[in-house]
Amino acid sequence: MGVKAKLYPKEAARLLREKPGVREAVTGATLHFEQGRKKAYGEIDAEAWRERAKRVKDHLLSHLDHYLELAEKRLREKGVQVHWAEGPEEAHRILREVVARHGVKRAVKAKSMLTEELGVNPLLESLGVEVYETDLGEYLIQLLGEPPSHIVGPAIHLALSEIQRLFHGRFGTPLDASPEALAAVARKVLREAFLTAELGISGANFLVAETGTLALMENEGNIRLSTSLPRVHVAFVGIEKLLPRLADLALFLPLTARAATGQRLSTYVSLIQGPSREEEEGPKEVHVVLVDHGRTTLLHDPEAWEVLRCLRCGACLNACPVYRQTGGHPYGYVYSGPIGAVLDPGLLGLEDTYPLPYASTLCGACYEACPVKIPIPKLLLTWRNRAVERGLAPTWEKGAIKAFSQVMQSPSLYRLFSKALRGLPLPQDLLPLLKAWTEGRGPLKPSPKPFHELWQELEE
Amino acid sequence: MRVALFITCLADQFYAEAGVATVRLLRALGVEVDFPKGQTCCGQPAFNAGHWNEARSLAQRTIRILEDAEYVVLPSGSCASMVRNHYPELLPGDGEALRLSEKTYELSQFLVRVLGVTELGKGLEGKKIAYHHGCHALRELGVKEEPLLLLKNGGAEILPWEAAEECCGFGGLFSVKLPEVSLAMADRKLSTLPQADALTSTDAGCLLHLSGRMGKRGENMRVVPLATLLWEAYGG
Ligand code: SF4
Repeated sequence: MGVKAKLYPKEAARLLREKPGVREAVTGATLHFEQGRKKAYGEIDAEAWRERAKRVKDHLLSHLDHYLELAEKRLREKGVQVHWAEGPEEAHRILREVVARHGVKRAVKAKSMLTEELGVNPLLESLGVEVYETDLGEYLIQLLGEPPSHIVGPAIHLALSEIQRLFHGRFGTPLDASPEALAAVARKVLREAFLTAELGISGANFLVAETGTLALMENEGNIRLSTSLPRVHVAFVGIEKLLPRLADLALFLPLTARAATGQRLSTYVSLIQGPSREEEEGPKEVHVVLVDHGRTTLLHDPEAWEVLRCLRCGACLNACPVYRQTGGHPYGYVYSGPIGAVLDPGLLGLEDTYPLPYASTLCGACYEACPVKIPIPKLLLTWRNRAVERGLAPTWEKGAIKAFSQVMQSPSLYRLFSKALRGLPLPQDLLPLLKAWTEGRGPLKPSPKPFHELWQELEE
Repeated sequence: MRVALFITCLADQFYAEAGVATVRLLRALGVEVDFPKGQTCCGQPAFNAGHWNEARSLAQRTIRILEDAEYVVLPSGSCASMVRNHYPELLPGDGEALRLSEKTYELSQFLVRVLGVTELGKGLEGKKIAYHHGCHALRELGVKEEPLLLLKNGGAEILPWEAAEECCGFGGLFSVKLPEVSLAMADRKLSTLPQADALTSTDAGCLLHLSGRMGKRGENMRVVPLATLLWEAYGG
């Protein structure tokens, strides 16, 4: 996927101006998820669960080489073909071979953010393969030609009326068709695709190293169909998605479900143990592609690696009041919201993602929600500091902060500033800031006298 | 007991009344109050924007000015959190930063946790109050019950507010770097605000942002710092 993160401030403003419906839809959906999460966390000792999950992930990440080797070994023992992909190019090569060897004409896909990262759909299309996203939300945005707006709910930015219009144009359903009727139409199309596709593509929520088990969570049943009906299954797995032991699933499956949607467990959990045997149904060939795409570099970054604990549950997006105003599109990359703001700079470099770490008020709601306790506010601050040190901050900001700190360093300048606020002209560097402030909030109204003058009166 | 006030720049300039109320209240409770000379800003705006060199020198300056204090009290949750949580991060290994961090409190936190005062007086009898939880007070300092307790015991009714714990969208430089998003967040807060006699919070920044936005939207409500209401509760 292309990276448009640099446009975040403009795109966020434009979206708020031009598509107010998005704000309404996203706010409604995320508040709903957020309430669900709070309730689901309330039923358990969330603090203890989060701490345990964090420890397991930290252990895994600090022994990642070991667990990757173990996972590869176990997968091969089960007859899975294991591949390593440093980035999109290698992933594409692997996929191209599979397509050529099996004469793939049609592929069904289970929702996966990593395949968005790798640009799997455009590749397949360029090979003449028909691709069907089979998650309902993902299917909708595929029809619209849009990227996902949310990690878990890719289409949460759409209002029902938009979906009705879309289906009316495509399938001739009435403009007031009920959600059930629309889902039935999609189901019919997708069922046909499931039955005829030669290739199923998925990501993975977890890959258990001890047993070589792929774990996939979902609510619609489409992942199970995508990974069991076609003859060939290819799973793309980020190297950070491993878990050491099968027993860890007992913590991570319910914790992820609680964090993501407020469920105790997702409706379906698929545990995949390699290709089917002679007498069984299911894919005859299973490939696991272990993808790096910037993760190793991040792992060795002592101030930013914690982001690799991420389970992609989306809880931080749901909790984030900044994300809620616009949804994910203005962030300009696969990962949006708080996690995007600290992951994207790590994966893509700060130069291409500069505004993202600033897309937060540091309110801390994301940290409170995160099931693996990723200190997102701290990471945001780290990336901001790096941005400043690399000279990426805009000139006006540098000027303003410099002027500000000079004033604050010197009591006499501060007294002058205090007078200026109450009538004298202010330093030029601060003026653009003032304008940005007053446009939406009216003129600044300082107290008639600052406290430091009143203090003298209090003392007398 | 002697307390050094740290009023910080925003309150000094825009909510001087919060400083006055803090002095009066602490004195009324028998605490001696100092206002160490030369204090300005805690450095948070620079710190949050990533300009750590500037933030560091402001932090060091503040540490010098406040180092002799027995306790430091601020009528601001986010500046208190800056001193308590971020000074030691910004100046790792600096013993003075740690010592200052340990003795620094937001006003309501100081009243309840250090002085053990949970009732000031009944001056707020019959008042309906909407309380905005400033994010840094709430999530960084863990100050949640203290202001509510003091207001309630002062006779006020705290109105239920769906968005009470949501960020108002101020966020320091955020408010001018991403003004549209910041205002959309303020609008969400304000569109759920119950009809109250006053809207209050520990933070000058949040109040400035919310009251300014309220004015722009043509709405009208008394917006007042927590310190002022606590002094009113005392009967001042
Ligand atoms: S950062 Fe935490 S809350 Fe956000 S998606 Fe990742 S695991 Fe979930």
